[in-house]
Amino acid sequence: NVDKNKLVEYFRAQIREDPDVASAVAAIRSLLEFLKRDQSETILGLRENMTKAIQRLEETDSSVAVSSGGELFLRFISLTSLEHPDLSQCKNVMIERGELFLKKISLSRGKVGKLCHTFIKDGAKILTHSSSRVVLKVLENAAADNKRFTVYVTESQPDSAGKLMAQKLHNLNIPVTVVLDAAVGYIMEKVDLVIVGAEGVVESGGVINKIGTYQMAVCSKAHNKPFYVVAESFKFVRLYPLNQQDVPDRFKYKADILKTVKDLNQEHPMIDYTPPSLITLLFTDLGVLTPSAVSDELIKLYL
Amino acid sequence: MGDRLTTSTLLVTEEDEKKHEIIRAKGEGKELTKEEKQRLRKEKKQHKKNKKDDRGPPEKEKEKEKASVPAPSKPATQSPAHKAAPVPVNASASESPVAAEKPAKSKAELRAERRARQDSERASKQGKKEGGQQSTSSKPKATPNELQPVVKRLPDHVQVDDPVALKKLAKKLERQQKSGQGCSLNITGVKVPLRSDYGYKVSLFSHLHQYSRKNPPTQQISIPVTVIHPSIVRLGLQYSQGIIAGSNARSVALLHAFKQVIQDYSTPPNEELSRDLVNKLSPYISFLSQCRPLSASMGNAIKYIKKEISNIPSQCKEEEAKRILQECIDSYINEKIILASEAISKYAIEKISDGDVILVYGCSSLVNHILCEAFEKQRKFRVIVVDSRPRLEGREALRRLVKKGIRCTYVLISALSYILPEVSKVFLGAHALLANGYVMSRVGTSQIALVAKAYNVPVLVCCETYKFCERVQTDSFVSNELDDPDDLIVTRNGKTHLENWQTVKSLGLLNLVYDVTPPDFVDLVITDLGMIPCTSVPVVLRVKNVDQ
Repeated sequence: NVDKNKLVEYFRAQIREDPDVASAVAAIRSLLEFLKRDQSETILGLRENMTKAIQRLEETDSSVAVSSGGELFLRFISLTSLEHPDLSQCKNVMIERGELFLKKISLSRGKVGKLCHTFIKDGAKILTHSSSRVVLKVLENAAADNKRFTVYVTESQPDSAGKLMAQKLHNLNIPVTVVLDAAVGYIMEKVDLVIVGAEGVVESGGVINKIGTYQMAVCSKAHNKPFYVVAESFKFVRLYPLNQQDVPDRFKYKADILKTVKDLNQEHPMIDYTPPSLITLLFTDLGVLTPSAVSDELIKLYL
Repeated sequence: MGDRLTTSTLLVTEEDEKKHEIIRAKGEGKELTKEEKQRLRKEKKQHKKNKKDDRGPPEKEKEKEKASVPAPSKPATQSPAHKAAPVPVNASASESPVAAEKPAKSKAELRAERRARQDSERASKQGKKEGGQQSTSSKPKATPNELQPVVKRLPDHVQVDDPVALKKLAKKLERQQKSGQGCSLNITGVKVPLRSDYGYKVSLFSHLHQYSRKNPPTQQISIPVTVIHPSIVRLGLQYSQGIIAGSNARSVALLHAFKQVIQDYSTPPNEELSRDLVNKLSPYISFLSQCRPLSASMGNAIKYIKKEISNIPSQCKEEEAKRILQECIDSYINEKIILASEAISKYAIEKISDGDVILVYGCSSLVNHILCEAFEKQRKFRVIVVDSRPRLEGREALRRLVKKGIRCTYVLISALSYILPEVSKVFLGAHALLANGYVMSRVGTSQIALVAKAYNVPVLVCCETYKFCERVQTDSFVSNELDDPDDLIVTRNGKTHLENWQTVKSLGLLNLVYDVTPPDFVDLVITDLGMIPCTSVPVVLRVKNVDQ
């Protein structure tokens, strides 16, 4: 248990030092450190410890990305021949693969940015929701490409993350306006396209993201505006929600609220689910996908 | 003489063409050797046919002889090429039957002719590839893995209004009787029975069969003298009378019957088990499809069995081979049906939460199993069973669920929009899942999916992977099954208004069995491989093909 606390400390330190890093990447870095320091005698014991470590991290940060990233990490490092008789050799192989995985996913945000910025035309008006580092990267790339565009960001209560996003965009010299969450329907006729990030991409091709995304998607469908989602591939998760209430509770609320509050009905969920019928395209480091192709990629990743 | 000169000049140009093509063909390497093998096989078949046609018109032979006379006098460089002379003349002629060979021709000539025929066929194939307007008479049968796109032949069961297709089917059934027997038994008039259609068919569905349950095909067979195994006859009767109904039940019964057949089978002398047994199964399958059209799951099971049989090594002894096949069939049933339903239940139970109101339609063995399992795992839910005439299968589902202790409500499908606001989820079974994501299931399913979509109720389809088929269908008309129209005659208080429907010329009774649901109305498909969206069915098919 001492190890687990150290793990959480390491995780929090990662996020503090590098605020730009995706929470899943920080989680995977911590897991890799944990793997290096792990003292178990058997591979099975090692796996059990890793699973418990992932659970512990999920309790700290309840976002979907940490859960999916952790699971993919575990699969990636164990999906190799572990036939060596010597445990330390096996561990070395696993650590090597872990480093490889980490390197791959650190580059994924860049890949997504490169893919997506070509979809932003000169003079475009973009609507985005809350604060997403991937969307920021995309807009950064587009701006570097000398494209002129304006951005509307929703305030995104209860944590006002939209204001943070507006500040960052302002620093990049991109004209930005903050709008109320309730003004999405009002502003939709002015914008040309909608780009949002994702906390998790589910098997059906839908996305789980900050609360308010579903509303935006429904509005954009009604106005026939394209609705794009940008997400790295480690956010693909093996969930299949049928509707809003089918999303598991452990993702809906922040980790500390889950632990302290008794009656979750009084709390506001932090995320919602957007079904695939409302999404035009998904930009991932595996390429530009339609929602129905996500299932194909998931089958490849997990089977 | 003049004619012969023109034909000979024709032959020269064709020769040169062929020369070039032969050189090109040799350069194409491996691909063509497979084709060559196919052609050799076809040669053998045609050779056999030729021997029959030998007693054909002698005039054609005389013509050929005359044609072959000027050929040797030409200063041709390739000796086989000029023997090809009579062949292209024949090939470019009308739909004449295969070039008849005189039995008197020497072996060398025969060999040369065969080679020449291969070359000409290759040439005609090249011509086809280049989009040329060559005659297709040299290839009367289309091979399934040709390089250029071939018009696929329609299956027999959807060509009922085409008299040519019907005649072909009748001939095929006759032939199967003979091929199964060999030459020892010479029985006339006994064949795989061809069932005749019953009653007036609605014009939109006139391309499908419509049989009457009062005329089972088994009436036309006398058991001891037939080529069809008695357990297959019994199975066919059970299918046609509706005693065994439901996709899983039919497949399992079929596999058990095949096990019996394999048990009683004995290899005739000079035959290989792997090839002969497959040939023996063909008349059985034709008979069963006459009793009731085969379902997609049965088709997949049959494909699997045929593959297993043909994979039996030739040095395997008969007892050993039989044992292997029995084991294969048992493991297929176990894996694809029983274990699959366990896996599907496990996934489906995650989707059932406490307080749910679940709607089911008809009687699907898989859905009933899921609900019973969920109830055992202490989930609190209640079920609404929707039923429809004339089959009223919902009553069977109701019986099974109530026996378990599940709270159920029973409605007819006309009350669907009344009951849907109460429903939280819809669970449907499937007969088959098509390659474009459409779900083929009992008639009424697409109606339920449509209304559920309108009320925003999630629709979940449960289907094992062995029911996935490569077919593509976008509507329920092109391929369906018509049941006995007399089932629609209602008896209410002893009065039947439709009893004499056949006398009324403007009246047709339509008793459809299946319909097709588009993937937009289905939210989730639960298979033994996991939960997938409806559009991912081709991915699963691809993964399965890679596995095999």
